[in-house]
Amino acid sequence: MIQLDRVSKRYTSPGMGSKDALKQVSLKLPAGELTFLTGHSGAGKSTLLKLIMMIERPTAGEILVDGIPLNRVGRSGIPLVRRRIGMVHQNHQLLFDRSVYDNVALPLVIAGFPHADIGKRVRAALDKVGLLSKEKLNPMMLSGGEQQRVGIARAVVNKPPLLLADEPTGNLDPELSAEIMDLFKDFARVGVAVMIATHDLSLIARYSHRLLTLREGHLVADRDETADDEAGNGSPT
Amino acid sequence: MTAKRPGRNATPLKPKRAAPVAPPRRSSGARAARSAWRDRLDSWRLHHRDSARDALQRMRAAPSATAMTVLVIAIALALPAGITVLLENAQAATRDWDGNAHLSVFLNADVDSSQQRALAEAWQQRDDVERTQAVTREQALAEFRELSGFGDVLDALPDNPLPPLIMVYPVDAHPDRLAALQAALNAMPEVDLAQLDVLWVQRLHAMIELAGRIVGALTLALALAVVLVVVNTIRLAIESRREEIVVIKLVGGTDGFVRRPFLYTGFWFGLAGGLVSVVLVQSAMLWIGSPIDELTALYESEYSLIGIGFVNALVLPVFAGLLGLMGAWLAVSRHLNDIDPQLL
Repeated sequence: MIQLDRVSKRYTSPGMGSKDALKQVSLKLPAGELTFLTGHSGAGKSTLLKLIMMIERPTAGEILVDGIPLNRVGRSGIPLVRRRIGMVHQNHQLLFDRSVYDNVALPLVIAGFPHADIGKRVRAALDKVGLLSKEKLNPMMLSGGEQQRVGIARAVVNKPPLLLADEPTGNLDPELSAEIMDLFKDFARVGVAVMIATHDLSLIARYSHRLLTLREGHLVADRDETADDEAGNGSPT
Repeated sequence: MTAKRPGRNATPLKPKRAAPVAPPRRSSGARAARSAWRDRLDSWRLHHRDSARDALQRMRAAPSATAMTVLVIAIALALPAGITVLLENAQAATRDWDGNAHLSVFLNADVDSSQQRALAEAWQQRDDVERTQAVTREQALAEFRELSGFGDVLDALPDNPLPPLIMVYPVDAHPDRLAALQAALNAMPEVDLAQLDVLWVQRLHAMIELAGRIVGALTLALALAVVLVVVNTIRLAIESRREEIVVIKLVGGTDGFVRRPFLYTGFWFGLAGGLVSVVLVQSAMLWIGSPIDELTALYESEYSLIGIGFVNALVLPVFAGLLGLMGAWLAVSRHLNDIDPQLL
C-alpha cells in the first residue's frame, strides 16, 4: 500500500543552515498489516506522515501510495491521493460548527458520493466506532475519547486502503486506548494498511505488531515483533 | 479553473477506493457502474446548491456585517447608474428637438404673400431642402396672439409688426450643410434673416456625450471599488474559516471544492448590492420625479421622467453579481494557497 524508496527530507531555512529530517528511509507497508511508527520527537515521525499526506515533498527518493508515485502527482492531484488515506489526527481536527454526522460525512461529500449513499456509509462508520446515537450532537459536547472516535469514523468512512494515525491514544486512559487499538486491528483485518505513529511505548509493548523506529531521520529498526519473538532474537530484518 | 474537478477527478478513484474492503461495496457497485457519471453530475450539482445556500445562510447569520458590505456595493453602483439614467433622460428630452432641425427664414417686410408662396415653392425644389412651410404675416400674428397672451398689445399697434416667415426643413441636419444652406438663403435679396435654431441643441448633445464618457470612467472606477470591497470581504471570510479549509484539504477536498462557497458568497454580495442599487436609483428618480413633472408642465412639454427601465433593473444586479464573483475569485486565488494543512 505504501512504499518508500530511499526517501530523504532536508529542511533549509535561510541563515539557519539545514537539517535532515529523514535520511534514506526505505520501507514497505503491505495491505492488511498494522504497523507502529515510533521515535523521539524530532526523529522524523511527523515528517514521514507529512510526506505521505503530501503536505510536504521529499528532497530525494520515491514514495508510492496505493501504487501512485507521489513524485509525479501535481498540485491538482494531491486531493485524490489524500482521499486514499484516512488520517486520524492527534488533535482530532474536527469542525465544531457542524454535527458529528456532518463531520464524518465530509470526505464523502468531497468525493462526490450520492446523497443516499452518504447516509448509509456515515451511519455504518459511526456504528463501527460506537457513536451512532450521537450523530446529531456537536463534537464539542463529546469527551476526548469520543472525539477521537469521530475522527476515526471520518478517516475510514470512505474506506481508504490506508489508515494513518498520529498519536491516536495521546490523551486517553489505557482502557480507551485499548478500545481504539481494537478498532485499528479490525481495519487491518479487513485489508487496510494501518500505520500508528506514537511514542507511547507501553502501548506498543502491549501489542505484538510490526514496529518501525526512527532515530534522527534514520530508520534504525524495522522489526516484525511476531517474527522476532518466534525467532528469539531482535535483529532488524 | 478547477471548479468542475471533483466530478471529473473522482472517476478513476471509485473502483479502487473500496477495493480492499469488498463486502460493503457490493450494494453500490452495480449502480455506480450503471450511472457513475450521472451520480457525479448530481453530486456536483448538489454541492453547487449546497454551497450557494450555505453562503446565503452565512450572510444571514451576520446581518449587520452583510448589510454594510451590500450597502457599500449598492452605493458605489447607484452613483454611476443614477447619473446614467439622468443622462438618458436628458438625451430623450432633447432628441425631438434635434429631429426638427430647421431654419426660420424671415423675409423683408415688403414681400407680399404671393411672392412668399412662390419663394417657398422655389426653395422646395432645392436639393438640400426637404420641404418648406410658408407662414404669412397674418398667420404669424394669429399664432402669436394665441400663444403669447399679448393680444391687447398687438391690437394697440397700428399695423402688423411681424415679418413674413418661411420655415425651411433641410434634407440633412449635418451642421456644415445647415450652415451652407443658411448662407445661401441669407444671400438672397428677399431674405432679411435666416436663423438656425439648433446650434444650442447640438452643444447640449456634445455636453451630454462628454458627460456620458465621464460617467463611463466613473463606472469603471466604482466597479473596481466593488471588486475590491468583495476581495476584502472574502479575504476575511477565508481567514475566519481557516480551520475548516485545512480540514477539507486534509480529507481530500480539491481547490474547486474549497473555492466554491466563497465564489457564491462573492456573487451573492454583488447581486444583493446590485438589487439594492436599483432600489436606490429608482427611489431617487421618484423623489425628483414630481418636481420634474411640474417643470415640464410649465414648459408645456409632454415629457416625463424615464426610470431605470426593466432590462437595466435586471442587468445591473447580474453585472454586480459578476463583479462580486470576480472579486471572490481574486481573493480566493490569492489567499487560499496560503492555507496549507500542517500536522500537529
